[in-house]
Amino acid sequence: MTDELPRTDTAASAAGGDPYPAAGQPLLRIEGVAKTFGTFRAVDGVSLDIKAGEFFALLGPSGCGKTTLLRMLAGFEAPDEGRILLGGKDIAQALPHERPVNMMFQNYALFPHLSVRDNIAFGLKRAGMPRVEIATRVAEMVALVKLEGLEKRKPDQLSGGQRQRVALARALARRPQLLLLDEPLAALDKKLRESTQGELMELQRRLGMTFIIVTHDQEEAMTMASRIGVMKAGKLAQVASPRELYEAPRSRWIAEFVGDINLFDGESKLRDGHRLVIGTRDAGALVVAEPREPVGAGKLAVAIRPEKVKLSRRGPVSEAGRETAINRLDGVIADICYLGGTTTFKVKLDTGGMLQASVANSARLDVDAYSLNQHVVAWFTPDDCVVLPS
Amino acid sequence: MRKVSRLSRFNIASLALGLAFLYLPILILVIYSFNASRLVTVWGGWSLRWYHEFFNDRAMIEAAWMSLRVAVASATIATLLGTLAAVALSRGERFRGRTLFSGMLYAPLVMPEVITGLSLLLLFVALNAERGFWTVTIAHTTLTMCFVAVVVQSRLGSLDRSLEEAAMDLGCDPVRAFLSVTLPLIAPAIVAGWMLAFTLSLDDLVIASFTTGPGSATLPIRIYSEVRLGVKPEINAICTLVIALIAVVIVMASLASKLSSSQGESAAPL
Repeated sequence: MTDELPRTDTAASAAGGDPYPAAGQPLLRIEGVAKTFGTFRAVDGVSLDIKAGEFFALLGPSGCGKTTLLRMLAGFEAPDEGRILLGGKDIAQALPHERPVNMMFQNYALFPHLSVRDNIAFGLKRAGMPRVEIATRVAEMVALVKLEGLEKRKPDQLSGGQRQRVALARALARRPQLLLLDEPLAALDKKLRESTQGELMELQRRLGMTFIIVTHDQEEAMTMASRIGVMKAGKLAQVASPRELYEAPRSRWIAEFVGDINLFDGESKLRDGHRLVIGTRDAGALVVAEPREPVGAGKLAVAIRPEKVKLSRRGPVSEAGRETAINRLDGVIADICYLGGTTTFKVKLDTGGMLQASVANSARLDVDAYSLNQHVVAWFTPDDCVVLPS
Repeated sequence: MRKVSRLSRFNIASLALGLAFLYLPILILVIYSFNASRLVTVWGGWSLRWYHEFFNDRAMIEAAWMSLRVAVASATIATLLGTLAAVALSRGERFRGRTLFSGMLYAPLVMPEVITGLSLLLLFVALNAERGFWTVTIAHTTLTMCFVAVVVQSRLGSLDRSLEEAAMDLGCDPVRAFLSVTLPLIAPAIVAGWMLAFTLSLDDLVIASFTTGPGSATLPIRIYSEVRLGVKPEINAICTLVIALIAVVIVMASLASKLSSSQGESAAPL
């Protein structure tokens, strides 16, 4: 799969440039792209660079413009403003068939009147590839997505998972510089989705191809992508690695959109070395690490992920723990939600607020489990907190 | 849920009455077409005499041949135009006056045939066109085109647009995408539309009598003029043949549209 066959795709030669930029080289540059439908600004000035070999996810709630942006990359919509540079060439106004880009559709869009083989061969025939080469490439693709023996079936004789594979093989067959995936796993059930996620990642690594995936499922984006662009109301709210997005969200909206989080509104009180003390209404004074980018004096929010919060009956035990566990909040257990791997406790703080704590169920028999209305001490370190502009 | 497969006596009786009301006259006509008697209403035993008579009746055969030619020609032209109209209406960019255009396209569906026929007659007279095969064909095309457009447009409407997008994504320009993906998927609807147009043209009397000229009567016109002089049993035989032809075409049309709806709904997400 890694050996490079000569490209016969007319689309690729039409777009010019080196069809396979080396991994890590810039491949796609989106510059101030905007698209308006009527009075609705679906995409509002998005700029983004994507390197060759990246697995990039566009994440956002429905209606945030992520699909419109993807459709502009595929050529189904033309941007009103901005440029889309692929390998240095502006393709913003190029028609879909003139781009070395392929797309995998959300509903797969398999041609119902063609067999699996003809579906996969469709793009190759259009590119004018010789018959023998088409047969080889189709066989290669069928093996790649493990569809051997189903080549003669029609799409309506396949299961949902098999259709998904045909759609993937068809989109990959032309060896596009860029593969766009529009919610590729949305139609699959949970178990199949998880195994397919792994297969997609493995495939992307092996082919060294650049993938851009659109999804509203943040877990899916975190699992698969090396970088995530979070979109909100037509704008890119943050572009970061999954870890950075989760641990250092740039805004309150992102913090709440990605995963669960406890948020306490307050104001900066005083500074102590690299520590800030923030007075909150619901959780009293909290000591937090000074953020990398200085935040303004005004209203702030302190954010703590539930799994960073520790619970105990009498507060931190060890000496070392006592030193760092500066934030110590007393409360009673108000709600217990057992999730199998973890248990989420809702703690009603004595100061008035609610605090969620997620505790790993590391032992099968937990004789010492917390019960409702039990008094507990919740604690977390200043480094576990993120300070966000409110 | 209650079972509805069991029919009550009342249901069976009303079904039988309804079917009898619809098909008894036709059944009687078919039976009497095999009548040996010269009198239409008197049974004189089984015979194929009137079929024989029909096949030796030059004027009647000519009228039938005229009708068939008109039906094939007008159905073909109507299918071409109707399909193009349906594609333009459901796939084209939204142009100014689109609603007006689609409304006008469907007007012949509800227009009384007398008005269509009369207006076409006035047009042909004004153009000083010699009335005959082509005037009837054009008139039938205007009548049947809207039916084809309705059938094809409903098929196009149910077709997933992302199929065409996928074709373009895989290297087709818009025209190729239409020819290689859309056309095969709407073909059954086009065939059904053609057959519908064919049967409509075959049994039209009103518009044809307005727009035809001397010496080029269609079968319905010929039958109608014969009947005015008194019904000959030969008419029964002709009608039986027409009924058989139309029944075959209608069954084929419904099979075609059934094929069209069972195939081609794009891979629905499971």
